[in-house]
Amino acid sequence: MLDLEFMRLAFGAGIVVGLLAPAVGFFLVQRRLSLVGDGIGHVAFAGVALGYLLDLPLVLTALAVSVAGGLSIEWIRARRRNAGDQALALIFYTGIAGGVVLVSAAGALNVNLFQFLFGSILTVTRGDLAVIAALGAGALVVIALLYRPLVAVVVDEEGARVAGLPVGALNSLTVVLAAVTIALSMRIVGILLIAALMVLPVIAASRIAWSMRSTMLLGMGIGLGSVFAGITIAYYADLPPGGTTVLVAAVTVLLAETWSVLRR
Amino acid sequence: MSLALRLQDVTFAYGHTPAVLRNVDLDVQRGEFVAIAGPNGGGKTTLVRLIVGLEHPTSGRIELSVDKVGYLPQRAQAGIDAPLTVRELVTAGRASRTRLIGPLGGADRQAVRDAIDRVGLTPQGDRRLSTLSGGQQQRAFIAKALAGDPELLVLDEPTTGVDVEAQEAIAALLQRLRSELAMTILYVSHEFGAVEQFVERIVLVRGEIVFDGPPSALPGVWHDPSHSHA
Ligand SMILES: Nc1ncnc2c1ncn2[C@@H]1O[C@H](COP(=O)(O)OP(=O)(O)OP(=O)(O)O)[C@@H](O)[C@H]1O
Ligand SMILES: [Mg+2]
Repeated sequence: MLDLEFMRLAFGAGIVVGLLAPAVGFFLVQRRLSLVGDGIGHVAFAGVALGYLLDLPLVLTALAVSVAGGLSIEWIRARRRNAGDQALALIFYTGIAGGVVLVSAAGALNVNLFQFLFGSILTVTRGDLAVIAALGAGALVVIALLYRPLVAVVVDEEGARVAGLPVGALNSLTVVLAAVTIALSMRIVGILLIAALMVLPVIAASRIAWSMRSTMLLGMGIGLGSVFAGITIAYYADLPPGGTTVLVAAVTVLLAETWSVLRR
Repeated sequence: MSLALRLQDVTFAYGHTPAVLRNVDLDVQRGEFVAIAGPNGGGKTTLVRLIVGLEHPTSGRIELSVDKVGYLPQRAQAGIDAPLTVRELVTAGRASRTRLIGPLGGADRQAVRDAIDRVGLTPQGDRRLSTLSGGQQQRAFIAKALAGDPELLVLDEPTTGVDVEAQEAIAALLQRLRSELAMTILYVSHEFGAVEQFVERIVLVRGEIVFDGPPSALPGVWHDPSHSHA
């Protein structure tokens, strides 16, 4: 399997995605913003379409558009505390509708759209992998360096505000990290399923972990394992890797849940 | 004495509803211990949220001349579902005192240990918050508010659900913080059992400040500060 260049590229991207998605998802889940990942995923679709239309690298247009979308969601959420849900709905549907319109304007409605929605192991190019590895490593370093203040905001946002932490900037950083993760994971897991990879490993980990830190690290381990298993299954069974990866992660949640119930 | 905070003619309403606080004037000196009492819905929580900057006055001015503020919200809860240890909670309270980037230094780790020790939770330091009793959790949140070495400490009903023994321990702790560190403390409560001996100033809030002075000067009808008056 690893003799094949495209499989090596897929696994290379998988390492980054498997570690990064739960690391970022951890902060979204704890802030009960799991759906923000989904919202940004929908927006990224418009970014892909824009890339087709303008004939630009799709990872980069997806990145630009999802960062903009993520920041808008956060901007609305921060201003109107109760409108988070509505803000998401607006961004969600604008993203998907914009994507469909742009893609058909580009005359690309039949292109490998399915691959972007659900992932593909065949599509990671060397250039993609370079971008994914560089940005992914950068994002992980940022999380490692800013772990404490990010956690402080998650644990008690008002307390952090009172204590004088730059809460707004840290929240914006979180959605930018989410947007980066989504743009990077698009090839492997697909736009519609990436949010699941950000969320499910963290849920599984929180059932068995004993602290915040162990939740995050376990989540990253589970994410990595899910992606590896998902890509392998996808290869042998000729399935979209996004689907197989997320199913593996979902099974992990069930197992973790069962374990935590039995342990009581 | 120097001023820690000053409220000038502060009026506050939530949205487009009638004002819940009207024409509040309040000066607090550094090192003062101010007890804030009043009936349910009187506006105590609103008053302290204005002071710590979580709400903004509809009119009037609020000036804080202290920099580091520690705040214990009423019915404090961690905003997360994941497992969270006491130490992780208290460490979050230290974040404002450290540089933003990188791991916690030795001195800061010691400050976290001290804060946990002050509320008597050292044996539970690495336990998950959700496995502690309600009163122990409350003490963990007090430790979090202390961990940033605040100049102004604002506690909104810190003794809710805390047993008498722990209430006395907290009272003794506050007494020490005030005498040794000259911390300014605002203490919201319905009953001042354990701190009564050293409360020198009590502020009664009922939509406005209806009394501000030493407990001995309280009009008879208000002697039980939790009592609500129509
Ligand atoms: N978020 C809010 N939105 C609208 N009204 C509010 C809000 N919070 C409080 N109020 C109203 O403001 C008034 C003062 O409430 P506040 O919580 O400050 O009282 P309190 O003195 O702290 O009461 P308690 O003793 O119950 O804690 C009440 O009438 C309450 O209904
Ligand atoms: Mg209150």
